Amino acid sequence: MDVVIAGAAETDEVGVLPDRSALGLHIEAAVNAVADAGLRMADIDGIASVADPGPVAVAHALGISPSWVDGTGVGGTSFLLHVRHAVAAVRAGYARTVLITHGESGRSRVGTARRTLAASSLAGQFEAPYGTVGPTTNFTIPLLRYMKKYGLTEEQLASVAVAQRRWANLNPRAMYRDIISVSDVLASRMIAYPLHLLECCLVTDGGGALVVTAADRAADLPKAPVYILGGGEASEAPLISQMADFTSSAAFRRASASAFTEARLGPDDVDHVMIYDAFAHVPIYGLEDMGFCKPGEAGAFIAEGHTSPGGSLPVNTNGGGLSYTHTGMYGMFLLQEAVRQVRGEAAAQVPGVEVSMALGNGGMFMSSGALLLGKNP
Amino acid sequence: MTLTKPVPEPTPETRPFWDGTAAGELRLQRCTSCGHAYFYPRPVCPSCGSTAVEWFAASGLASLCSYTINYRPPASFGEPYAIAVVELAEGPRMMANIVGIANTPENLVLDMPLRVVFEERGDISLPQFAPAEVS
Repeated sequence: MDVVIAGAAETDEVGVLPDRSALGLHIEAAVNAVADAGLRMADIDGIASVADPGPVAVAHALGISPSWVDGTGVGGTSFLLHVRHAVAAVRAGYARTVLITHGESGRSRVGTARRTLAASSLAGQFEAPYGTVGPTTNFTIPLLRYMKKYGLTEEQLASVAVAQRRWANLNPRAMYRDIISVSDVLASRMIAYPLHLLECCLVTDGGGALVVTAADRAADLPKAPVYILGGGEASEAPLISQMADFTSSAAFRRASASAFTEARLGPDDVDHVMIYDAFAHVPIYGLEDMGFCKPGEAGAFIAEGHTSPGGSLPVNTNGGGLSYTHTGMYGMFLLQEAVRQVRGEAAAQVPGVEVSMALGNGGMFMSSGALLLGKNP
Repeated sequence: MTLTKPVPEPTPETRPFWDGTAAGELRLQRCTSCGHAYFYPRPVCPSCGSTAVEWFAASGLASLCSYTINYRPPASFGEPYAIAVVELAEGPRMMANIVGIANTPENLVLDMPLRVVFEERGDISLPQFAPAEVS
C-alpha cells in the first residue's frame, strides 16, 4: 500500500511570535494542515507529536479521539520518525488518517516549561559539571576533530552559512534574507570555537503539521499527493563523548541507508536535499553520511556552490535553521520544505523535483530520521 | 544566575565511580567476558551484553580528542573555557575541562597528552585533565 503526505502546512507566520503559546502553535499548524489536505478534523484518527505539550494534549485540544497515538520524542528529528511510524500504522489499519504536529515557542517561551537537567542524570553527572549549557557547548565538540582529519578550512565551514543565506534570500518568510559573504561569517562574533554566530542556528517560534494517509484515500483530495518512498531511523549516544566517530554520525548513516534501501533508490536519484542544520558543520556531516559526498569532501562541495541556487544538488532551500527558522525541534520544517519542493510550490522552487530527501538530527548527533519523498509512487 | 558550578549527584550505578574519584582514582568498568573497557558507568557491557563486569583503576592518561571553547560563559565559569572530550589510554572517552593551561586554540592541540587531576567541587571530586608534562 502506498502511503502519502496529503496535507502539509506551517503556522501563518514563523519567527518571533510572543502572542502564541506552544499549544497555540500546534493548533494553528494542525488547522492549516488539515485544511491543506481538504479534510475536516473529524477525519483524523491518528495523532503524533512530541511532549511538551504532547499528542494527548494536542488531540484533545483539537477534538480528536485517536485510535493510534505516537509520542516518540527523540529530539528535533522526531517528526521524521512519526512519518515513518504513521506509514506503518496506516498499512496496519491502526489509523486511516494521521495528523503529525509541531509547535514550539522556542524564542518567546510562551506556555513552555523551563528546561531543567537533574544533577543525577547522565548529562547532569558527566557533562553539566564541565560547563555544557545547551547545544552550542556540546553539539560543536566533534567539529575540530573533523577539521583536523580532513583539513576542512574555516572558510569552507563559513560557506555553509553563505550558501543557505542565498536560498533564504529567495524566501520571503525567512528570518534573515540579506546576502552574506564568507568574510561576514568569519567576522561575526565567536560563539563556540570554531563556530561563529552566523554558523549557529536561529532561535524562533513556529510550528508545522502533516497529514498522512493511504494513496487511494488521497486520490480525491485537492493537493497532489507526496509519496513516502522510504524511511529510516536510528539512535546513537545520549552523551556527545560517546559518539563513536567524531567525523561521521552513525545515526545519520544508518537512517539514510535504511531510507535508500526501503525506497530502492540511491543518491543519484535525489533532486533535492534537506539536512538539519543546527550548526554549519551538520550539513557537511549529513552530505557525507547520506552518501552524496565522499568523506572529507562535503566542505569543498558546498564552498564550490553545488548546494546553492543553480547548483547540481540544492540543499536547505528554505534557508535552513541558519537563516529561515529554528524553533528548537527543527525537523518538521525539513519536511514542510521537502513537500513544497515535490509539489512545486516552494518560494525558491527547484525545477523538476521528483525525489527529495530529508535528514533529521535529534539532540547532539544523538538520533536521526531520514525520509525519501517523491512525486510518484 | 548562580555562581556555583554544577555538582554531579551519584546514582547507585555510578556511585563506585565517584567513590573512586574521591580516593584519587579514575575507575572504569571492564567486561570479564569480552574484556571491553567502557565509560559511562552501567551494569552491562555495551560490547557483548554481559553483566559480568568489574571496576578497575584506569591509568589516568589520556589524549585530547576534540573540544569547543564556550565564548558565552555562565557566571560560574567567568571566562571563556574549553569543553573537551578526552580519549583515555584504556580506550573510552569522557568529557572534561582542560586545566593548568590557558584555554586558547593555540594551547589546545588535538592529540596532546593529558593526565587526570581531581577538582574538589561540593562533596564530589571531579575528574579533570591537565597537560601531561605539567606536574
